[in-house]
Amino acid sequence: MNEIATIQNPTAEQPLSPWQLFWRRLKQRRIAMVGGVILVVLYLVALFAGFVAPYSYDRQDRDRFFHPPTCPRLSGFRLVILRYEQLPGTFVYRAVLNDTKPIHFFVRGDKYKLFGLVPATIHLFGTGDENHPVYLLGTDQFGRDVLSRLLYGSQISLSIGVVGILLSFTFGMIIGGIAGYFSGWTDTVIMRLCELIMSIPALYLIISLRATFPPGMSSSQVYAMIIIILSFIGWASMARVIRGMTLSLREQQYVLAARALGQTHLKVIVRHILPNTFSYVIVAATLSVPYYILGEVVLSFLGVGIQEPNASWGNMLTAAQNTEYLRNYPWLLAPGAAIFVTVLAFNFLGDGLRDAADTKS
Amino acid sequence: MNLLEIKNLKMDFGAGPEALRAVDGVSLTIGTGETVCLVGESGCGKTVTALSIARLVPTPPANYVGGEILLNGRDVLKMSNGELRDIRGGVVSYVFQEPGASLNPVFRVGNQIKESLKLHKPEKATNEEVIRLLKLVGIPAPESRIKNYPFELSGGMQQRVVIAMALASEPKLLVADEPTTALDVTIQAQILELLHDLKQRLGMAILLITHNLGIVGDMADRVAVMYAGQIVELSPAKELLRRPLHPYTKALMNAVPKLAGGANRLSAIPGNVPRIGNFPPGCRFAPRCPIAKSECSEKIPELVEIEPGRFVRCPFWK
Amino acid sequence: MWSYVFKRLLHMIPLLLGVSLLTFLLMSLAPGDYFTALSQNPQISQETIIHLKAQFHLDQPWYVQYFYWFKSVLHGDFGYSMAYKIPATSLIVQRLWNTFLLSFLALIIAWGIAIPLGIWAAVKKDSWIDRACSLIAFVGLSVPDVLLSLLALWFAAATGWFPVGGAQSALYDFMSPAQQFWDRAHHLILPAIVLAASDLAGIMRRMRSCLLDTLRADYVTAARARGLGEGWVIYKHALRNAINPLLTIFGYSLAALLSGAFIVENIMAWPGLGRLTMEAFFAKDSYLVVDCVVMATGLLVIGNFIADLLLAWSDPRIRLK
Repeated sequence: MNEIATIQNPTAEQPLSPWQLFWRRLKQRRIAMVGGVILVVLYLVALFAGFVAPYSYDRQDRDRFFHPPTCPRLSGFRLVILRYEQLPGTFVYRAVLNDTKPIHFFVRGDKYKLFGLVPATIHLFGTGDENHPVYLLGTDQFGRDVLSRLLYGSQISLSIGVVGILLSFTFGMIIGGIAGYFSGWTDTVIMRLCELIMSIPALYLIISLRATFPPGMSSSQVYAMIIIILSFIGWASMARVIRGMTLSLREQQYVLAARALGQTHLKVIVRHILPNTFSYVIVAATLSVPYYILGEVVLSFLGVGIQEPNASWGNMLTAAQNTEYLRNYPWLLAPGAAIFVTVLAFNFLGDGLRDAADTKS
Repeated sequence: MNLLEIKNLKMDFGAGPEALRAVDGVSLTIGTGETVCLVGESGCGKTVTALSIARLVPTPPANYVGGEILLNGRDVLKMSNGELRDIRGGVVSYVFQEPGASLNPVFRVGNQIKESLKLHKPEKATNEEVIRLLKLVGIPAPESRIKNYPFELSGGMQQRVVIAMALASEPKLLVADEPTTALDVTIQAQILELLHDLKQRLGMAILLITHNLGIVGDMADRVAVMYAGQIVELSPAKELLRRPLHPYTKALMNAVPKLAGGANRLSAIPGNVPRIGNFPPGCRFAPRCPIAKSECSEKIPELVEIEPGRFVRCPFWK
Repeated sequence: MWSYVFKRLLHMIPLLLGVSLLTFLLMSLAPGDYFTALSQNPQISQETIIHLKAQFHLDQPWYVQYFYWFKSVLHGDFGYSMAYKIPATSLIVQRLWNTFLLSFLALIIAWGIAIPLGIWAAVKKDSWIDRACSLIAFVGLSVPDVLLSLLALWFAAATGWFPVGGAQSALYDFMSPAQQFWDRAHHLILPAIVLAASDLAGIMRRMRSCLLDTLRADYVTAARARGLGEGWVIYKHALRNAINPLLTIFGYSLAALLSGAFIVENIMAWPGLGRLTMEAFFAKDSYLVVDCVVMATGLLVIGNFIADLLLAWSDPRIRLK
């Protein structure tokens, strides 16, 4: 034939796999990458909370209730912190000029357990001097460092989001896949159940579920309980969507081919049908994590979730409900800001994932 | 004066260094009452060219960088919004590929036709006129049809309604962009016959866009073949079908399967249509052309009138 | 269309039944009840407690309790609230009305602002207006209800322009009807704005994307090709179609509102159903919790039903099939 035709084919390209395409599209969305980076930082910090936090979450400084945030200053080339003095009879503090102490890094401080396992005493920063505390976000009504509690609280609030999602979405996907695949009675029963659960406004259902648990539980029990409750709410909506997708996916030829090869129903669902729902599931998961985090926050805020003295972003905000506190000590709202940033980052990332997965645009 | 004169139209998508040229120097004329077929594969720029006649391509992202489109002597590219609204429907009407998608699903069919009438021929915006139009396009029992919603009609009927809407304003030029591609073969034949019939009765010019050479013979007075944003052959229909000149046209005609002839394999054109922005240097068909020479890839050949009314963009057409 | 309506109505009944059953079951699993606390009180004899328990059927298995509860609900009697010592019905009705008021006003505010903004952003796509709206939407979507309520409280306390909680002032009973109306409105406005704020962002984004999608449709190009003016094309042809997907999220919007109302009521002390639920929860008044949950679900289901009706009326494809 014609050599030129075979050599000069300007439209031949090495095709990319769907995942590579997806990843490339995702990298182009800067907002999503920003969100992703923020989340990575947040989760890393949460992982090393004990190290990054200058103090333990339940360390009370009885001389410094409602201490305002202290900002480190530059003195020469070193970071120093000022000492504040309490005006007697009030919770107002005044800085004492020239009474400073340098901030060191990798100091010895309160005992903690890294990852809950490894005992350690080294903290990222501090002064090592009890009279010159570093309260970057001030203290609360019990004299506890807000930043430290924020960091310890992030461990709970952030992890509940992810664990809750994993649990409920896995469950939801399997149930939804089964419902859509088998149809008939199984489908009807499961869908009615889902509809039932979804008809109850979320928080009302959460409270009802909370009521079935006894009031006094250990902190790890409370943690597990919250996850169970939140997962119970979440699986239904995922199951419905997956069921819808399964209904159309099971008509695909490769499903028939798998069955013709002798695959069992369950294998077909798990290996052939469900993986095709991943692009939706990943986006939905990322956009749903904020709701799980908020679920824990609300429960703890209302006093029925994580209990004192453990820190969670929710129960830290309870103090802020007092308008007197709120007006005079606004740093108590710091957990609210942390929640906001987290939710924002998840939304950025989720939006970017959705755009990257949407092959139509 | 011709009804429509497209002169050396150049249109880009995007601007600046990343601009992609979709229409590259297209020239076409259509006289009153003439039927011209614009033939080409998907992505060659024929739809965009046709939409440009009423400046329906949104700018941005499109960008007209050269040429003129003279409709009744006035350049469409320079018209104001008011003038554009007058010619749309008034001088040129469109029929698109998917009839169901061209009709607004939430309004009744009769109302949609009346809307067109109210705009261009308000004195005729009556139910009687709507019924007359529906009869004209061959819809049975039009009195009951005017109350229907689009989803209540079959594909063929929907397309007829779209044609009725297009005719309501009595245009001089009907642009039909693949009007039958989305329909069954038997319905295709009916719609084409309808268009032919209407053309005779109303003296309308038609620009019929298609990728199907089979239609050309019945409908067209003249044919323009487009490839990669350029016109590669332009000639009267009978001449083209009897003796195609450009290698691309020849390949297209060969690609149509024939029952007689004893050929064993379908002849396909090797390679792929180049995408916008990936055009090869020189003649754009050269990479796939069976008779390409090395100089074909150096310079884009000119569209040359080799006989009165026959134009070809290939120096080796002989 | 009427068969559609009838079917939907018929659908609601087993749903509400199921919800009441589920909630009842959950509450019955709750350890202890109202009388657990009472029995600690040395002033109340054991016999009184046993007697009271029998009176409220709390000594029976849960399905028997459910039967009695259901029977009385059919008579419009929601039982007796042990914590408040008044018949539950009047309590619930009053709180329900408050929640309804709050949610309804929030709905109007949210949709009333979001729809025009969304349309504006779509029509002026990629302009600074569009980008500003996008930014506000993103931020608005991310601010949690909890934080917003707390900030609103702070705002009210700091400026003194709005009351900090409650539905009416202490002197309400001494006011003239007109003053009473304004007093209630004054208390309602801040919680309603807070509640509307989080929903607003989502609706605005949906409106914008629905309208943009519709503007890409063939029939819009066809309408332009017929010579219709741009405004006519957008507001008559495109918008009419873009509204439909929004009506479907109206139901989700309602669900979010009712859940959101729960938070706002509890933080800003608005005496609605959500607040009552927490009060009943802490008092271990199980029947009351069940009543509240069923009422809230009822509100949601009715709201969804209305949304479905609106959708059916708006989209002829549903109406006529």
